[in-house]
Amino acid sequence: MRHSFHLLISAFFVFLVMSCSDSSVESIVITGSTTVAPVVADAALRFEEANPGIRVEVQTGGSSRGISDAKSGLADLGMASRDLKPGEEDLTSHCIAIDGVGLIVNRQNDVKGLTREQVIQIYRKEITDWSELGGKAGGILVANKADGRGTLEVFLKYLGLDSADIKADVIVGGNQQAIKTVAGDPNAIGYVSIGAAASEISSGTPIRLLESDGVVAATDSVAKGQFPITRPLLLVSRSDTSEETGRFIEYIKSDAVKDIIESHLYVPASK
Amino acid sequence: MFRHRNDRGLKWLLSGVALICGSLVIGIVGFLLVEAWPVFSSGQIFAFFSDGAWQPGSDREPQFGITPMLLASLAVTLLATALAVPPGILAAIFQIYYSPKWLATFQDRAMELLAGVPSIIFGFWGLTVIVPIINQIRPPGQSLLAGGIVLGLMILPTVSLTTRAALQAIDRSLVYGGAALGLSRPRQIFSIALPAARSGILSGCMLAMTRAIGETMAVVMVCGNIAKIPHSIFDPVRPVTSTIALEMGYATEGHRSLLYAAGFVLVVLTGFLLLLRRREPVL
Repeated sequence: MRHSFHLLISAFFVFLVMSCSDSSVESIVITGSTTVAPVVADAALRFEEANPGIRVEVQTGGSSRGISDAKSGLADLGMASRDLKPGEEDLTSHCIAIDGVGLIVNRQNDVKGLTREQVIQIYRKEITDWSELGGKAGGILVANKADGRGTLEVFLKYLGLDSADIKADVIVGGNQQAIKTVAGDPNAIGYVSIGAAASEISSGTPIRLLESDGVVAATDSVAKGQFPITRPLLLVSRSDTSEETGRFIEYIKSDAVKDIIESHLYVPASK
Repeated sequence: MFRHRNDRGLKWLLSGVALICGSLVIGIVGFLLVEAWPVFSSGQIFAFFSDGAWQPGSDREPQFGITPMLLASLAVTLLATALAVPPGILAAIFQIYYSPKWLATFQDRAMELLAGVPSIIFGFWGLTVIVPIINQIRPPGQSLLAGGIVLGLMILPTVSLTTRAALQAIDRSLVYGGAALGLSRPRQIFSIALPAARSGILSGCMLAMTRAIGETMAVVMVCGNIAKIPHSIFDPVRPVTSTIALEMGYATEGHRSLLYAAGFVLVVLTGFLLLLRRREPVL
């Protein structure tokens, strides 16, 4: 009994040491935005197949964490779904794709689209009923994202508003929660990544993407540069990156992963 | 006194483990304090209670009032407790005094399973089932009431299982004595068994309350997260934990310290809740 216990403990430590000392494998650690992570994770799998001996670890935790990890050296690369802010310019950003942010309403809502001016009025509660916008009467339920979210910042920049200007009825976390909220209330309005909305719509969730300033919210209008609310999906790096990390950046910007980016309903960055 | 060598060894091992468990709490609270320190040293902590709104991301007029969130945490917790305690206790009484054995076993398993359901599942269920129903009564549906219902369901097993354990632990002869005196079944239960088990039941309710006040993933989905003092149970609210969950991943330095400080205030509040409990031996 006692012997088998000791054996188990020793086996555990041997295993631990073995798993740490495998020096032939170089690893690249990438952390950050939950929006960018699925694309990078898929691209990393393909990169690992093509480059045996390099392992890519992808962890999520939001854009700000990606940027601060890349800065501090905790990660080799950070992922961000927003532009770098002042004070973060010592990092180099590599745009891998573009994402559009679209306004969503419930499928029962028959309003076709909104102008920027109308969206501002809705989010400031100057327009409070859908009948004022040509829809069926019903008090508008304004869903906003929590402070600090990448999508919120992009949205505010488009509207030219400060977060204190917005008077919301509910505040949601991620895209999923925004979509569920709008799907459950015929009078709700919210905004999410077009990619996320499009894939939910195709799986039958009762929501609809609105036109913004007369432009259909879809990946091809984002690709053509017509859609007004867009954001870059970035990888950020320090100036002293390893050779392997540099290779990964080149790889993810190349045509080899174009289909992966498109399968996630984002638009590959034009070169 | 003679002590066997193994006994002494076990004693040291056990005290070591107990020490580690106890100091974990100190470690966690200490970590919170260190991370939140800039907020305390700059006196920003006063803004927590003097500012009327929570707008940490505003460039024009940032405000850091957390009073509405503390009230929201308390309100959701009290509502959940009020909803969960009566059925929890009644279910335990049924299980011990009235239920046939097979049903009692089934109830045990069901409660344990309910206790094991991940909170995010409760959250999604609340958002897709409870919220639309409340929305029919009064929009937006994501509200104090929705949070209370979902949290109430989550803490129901804690209340029910601890009440059952407390009722089983009482001295049976008390109840038999009541029966011998010719008291009816309900009188035996409500006048003898329940008072005798009171301390254990209260402990269970406190445990349930502290779980409710610290719960995050479910409330963030169903409460609506508007940081304003609610005027009715149909108004959306934002408990402290929701704010931390919503903003932590995206917060930069100053904002981050604020969230840690808010977490610290919540821990202090929970501590006060526990102090309210009467000092009685647990079970």
